Amino acid sequence: MDFQPTEEQRDLRAGVRDLLAGRYGREALRASVDSGVCVDRGLWRELGGAGFFALRLPESEGGVGLGLAEAVIVFEEAGRALLPGPLVATHLAAGVVPGAASGTAVVTAFDLGGGLVSYLGEADAVLGAPGLPAGSPVRSADPLTPLHRVPAGADVSSYTAEGAVLTAALQVGSALRTLELAVRYAGEREQFGQPIGAFQAVKHLCAQMLVRAEVARTAVYAAAVASASGEGSAAGSSEIAAAKLLADEAAVANARDCLQVHGGMGFTWEADVHLHLKRAWVRAEQWRTATEAEELLAAELLGSAP
Amino acid sequence: MDLAYTQEEQEFRARLRAWLGKVLPELPARPSPDDWPGRRAYDLGWQRRLYEAGYAGLHWPVDAGGRGATPTQHLIFLEETERAGAPYVGANFVGLLHAGPTIAAEGTARQRARWLPPVLRGEEVWCQGFSEPDAGSDLASLRTRAVRDGDAYVITGSKIWTSHAEVADWCELLVRTDAEAPKHRGISWLAMPMDAPGVTVRPLRTLAGSTEFAEVFLDEVRVPVANRVGAENDGWRVTMVTLSFERGTAFVGEVVACRRTLGELARTAKANGRWDDAVLRRRLGRLYGEFGALWRLTQWNVSESERSGGVPGIGGSVFKLAYSHARQELYEVAAQVLGPLSLSLEEEWTLDRLSSLSYTIAAGTSQIQRNIVAERILGLPKGR
Repeated sequence: MDFQPTEEQRDLRAGVRDLLAGRYGREALRASVDSGVCVDRGLWRELGGAGFFALRLPESEGGVGLGLAEAVIVFEEAGRALLPGPLVATHLAAGVVPGAASGTAVVTAFDLGGGLVSYLGEADAVLGAPGLPAGSPVRSADPLTPLHRVPAGADVSSYTAEGAVLTAALQVGSALRTLELAVRYAGEREQFGQPIGAFQAVKHLCAQMLVRAEVARTAVYAAAVASASGEGSAAGSSEIAAAKLLADEAAVANARDCLQVHGGMGFTWEADVHLHLKRAWVRAEQWRTATEAEELLAAELLGSAP
Repeated sequence: MDLAYTQEEQEFRARLRAWLGKVLPELPARPSPDDWPGRRAYDLGWQRRLYEAGYAGLHWPVDAGGRGATPTQHLIFLEETERAGAPYVGANFVGLLHAGPTIAAEGTARQRARWLPPVLRGEEVWCQGFSEPDAGSDLASLRTRAVRDGDAYVITGSKIWTSHAEVADWCELLVRTDAEAPKHRGISWLAMPMDAPGVTVRPLRTLAGSTEFAEVFLDEVRVPVANRVGAENDGWRVTMVTLSFERGTAFVGEVVACRRTLGELARTAKANGRWDDAVLRRRLGRLYGEFGALWRLTQWNVSESERSGGVPGIGGSVFKLAYSHARQELYEVAAQVLGPLSLSLEEEWTLDRLSSLSYTIAAGTSQIQRNIVAERILGLPKGR
């Protein structure tokens, strides 16, 4: 057993982080918030070219031929950069919907319950649906996740497990990023003659953020590795449910704590932290909610009892 | 990232499992918490069996009498013994997980030869004399003083929260050997025989009603200078070695135990109808997910320490914080499952619930762990 990233996996992470830092840094993020352009087609194709969507397609089908563990590492970086767009749905559509793998098509999915679908206006296709359904726009809490109300959806249950683990990876990336933002601010901002990070009350908020993010990150990696190695589908899916549950909580709670550490500054539109919080709320509703995950885990627990 | 065990690791697991299957059925039940002499005999007896079967000191270096097993093999050992319901390390805790590894790492050849074999063979029990009434979390402000008199230290002071002190043969004792030095620099690490004249043990009753720990009073106790491990006044560094072992591996078996406990709780809830309460059922589901993740975090930390040559990393603090809170939550949920029965001391759950209150205090409080995480991992400034 060697449950640590391989050198190739570390290199992959560094490569994706560099790509995103150069192509979707803070200024690009704020520019898309200001312009309301959520999906930059040029960037989408670049991501496609870098293998973001075709990562798990076999090389014989033009893909990169990597596994779920590598996909999770890549999605964690996308979550850290707060990259908008239907990343998970398009990734899942690679090899199914023409153009998805290369990033020439934007594919969304009925991954939200309650008749809402994200990025419908930006999408070329909806995963598992014959065409683009008509929908009426709904004002969205997250400025970079437009929503439409759509009467009926396509069944995406066969994609739920993978969708959940990839979404959980995005959440973990966001949780680690808000931790970074909080720690940096706590080290710089001075009150009462010293950095606020010297106060235990602030220090302990940051420490709990790390604990949440690290537990969630390990759960996500384990879910990806265990389900890829086929440790039994039931165990795999409960592990994915746990990963999604813990990652949702880490992303939402870390964004809230980060906001708290920033004090009044954190409550402004200028601070990025609200963007992380709002996206974390969206993702928590996608693919598998906390209620669904807890029920699935409870059923597995009862069944596992000897 | 790979969760699969190697062929060698799988064979090790299979051999261990077969051995446990053979020896455990004939083992009597562990004596009650009121009977510490009985528990001492029982725990030493189990240690002796482990020794005879070649499983004693699995993770200790070979030149310290151990088996030189990898951290992963040690993990498998802890997982399998807990899964099979084998006896807990019990009274041997300090000797095997604390004092032993410290002496193995820092002791002289003579000290290793004197103290390590009896721990492995199940002949001697150790206790830990670190905490004092006025120096708990602020361990380095300890006041018990040792004055050099010829080839001995003369020690006066008191220790508290000393688990198994009543039945211990040796105490890993921190004393102040230089009152003038800065507080971290005047401390020495000694091995003190518990039967030395001047040592008085007074049991403390815990809120769970048991007497598992005690106060230890030291009145001009003479301890040979040869019993000092590490240099004089270098005891703080030696202690940090000890604490990294404590946080690195101390809770592995308990995570496995918690997952089994949750299964029992689910069955109980199903039988008494409380499983139909969606809020309670979902809380159980969530905890099952959390303990699964904590098991994965254990594997993560062990893999990390294996790559770094067997030294436990700072991840132990992250783990301890998450684990101690999850385990307390487990017993709160258990009380909900049991309902009014959770008020009965006849229920094992009730005693466990009471004991669990110590988890966020013992081995470094959660507040201290958060300071460690914030300052040493996140690099936040020291302050108050």
